[in-house]
Amino acid sequence: MIVKVLGAGCKKCSTLEENVKKVINENQIDAVVEKVTDIQEFIKYGILSTPALIIDEKVVSYGTVPSNVKLLEWLKKGN
Amino acid sequence: MNSNVSLNKEKLKVLIPILLFPVGILLYLNLEKITDLLIYSLIGLTPKTPLTSAIWFFVFEVPKVLLLLTVIVFVVGIIRSYFSPERTRKILGGKKLFAGNILASMLGIVTPFCSCSAIPLFLGFIESGVPLGVTFSFLIAAPMINEVALVLLFGLFGWKTALLYMSTGLLIAIISGYVIGKLKLERYVESWVYEVKAGHLESDKEKISFTNRINAGIDAVIEIVNKVWIYIVVGIAVGAGIHGYVPENFMASFMGKSAWWSVPAAVLLGVPMYSNAAGIIPIVQALLEKGASLGTVLAFMMGVIGLSLPETIILRKVLKLRLIFIFVGIVAVGIIIVGYLFNLIY
Repeated sequence: MIVKVLGAGCKKCSTLEENVKKVINENQIDAVVEKVTDIQEFIKYGILSTPALIIDEKVVSYGTVPSNVKLLEWLKKGN
Repeated sequence: MNSNVSLNKEKLKVLIPILLFPVGILLYLNLEKITDLLIYSLIGLTPKTPLTSAIWFFVFEVPKVLLLLTVIVFVVGIIRSYFSPERTRKILGGKKLFAGNILASMLGIVTPFCSCSAIPLFLGFIESGVPLGVTFSFLIAAPMINEVALVLLFGLFGWKTALLYMSTGLLIAIISGYVIGKLKLERYVESWVYEVKAGHLESDKEKISFTNRINAGIDAVIEIVNKVWIYIVVGIAVGAGIHGYVPENFMASFMGKSAWWSVPAAVLLGVPMYSNAAGIIPIVQALLEKGASLGTVLAFMMGVIGLSLPETIILRKVLKLRLIFIFVGIVAVGIIIVGYLFNLIY
């Protein structure tokens, strides 16, 4: 599974990235995390507010840092 | 069992702000008495000395502003959970000038915005057919009219000034955006902007429950109060010093009405200052007391908050230099007019 965190250097964006990695490690989920910082990429996904989370090319959240419980739920579904 | 526990936890999260609300109001209403009690009875400072008046000001204003800030940021956080840039873009798509400018400026107040997302927002708006002038109305209103500035204006100057600031800010955003639209400046947008092909988000986002909106409010309080409290405390401390020690009418000679150049000077001074409204407004309030005029002060504040250097530098990625100058110029002229207008009225 490919997980993308979209964000160009805002504080919330790195928080989301850390949280996602933490949840993946703690639950031993088979996933690769990519950080996307190219704004043109954001637009391709229709994202205007960062950070955004994309699991297997599907936008699951944008503009917020979701709770770890939510993250786990999405990541499990993706697997 | 487990789901029961988490359900109770959810309920608790909704209950806490509801229970804290009356406590906050009670505290707010009695703050003057509490401060008097603390300063004169408990610590026993002599009234009417500069030191006492500075300390009184500080002890009274800090909790007052922080209380107000917490409540307003919480409410705004909930309101903003109903709006997103993605949704705002949908509303503004294909809107005509003027009506579009009015709508965009008002949405600028309620749509969550941070200058770090100015570029994706700009691209997304332009790509989905929001006119350039309408996009600018949004980009002017969003940072200028923000909840922190409004809270501070309300808390330190009263509701009239807060309302005044909000309505003139809206007016500047509407008119500047309209003028930029009329000038047909599309050619000064970097050409790659028009080549970006945007995907469109299917709106299968889950419906947000009310508990989640309360959570959004709590999150907003944690995030914003955490970020600005130190500026507020320092700002009020400087303000308290001015309040106690700077003589009356000290500011009248260079920030008063009679100095015609004070308004443009205030804007020129304000633009490169990137502060946070949080630190600047308490200082400005203290200056106003010492004889500065409201129009000049308003112009200064709008220059600081509405036209920030870092944001214009970010916009350089999508706008050619000429458009940036035109944008800054139009907004600055708008602010100066507002400044003179208020000096004239008051």
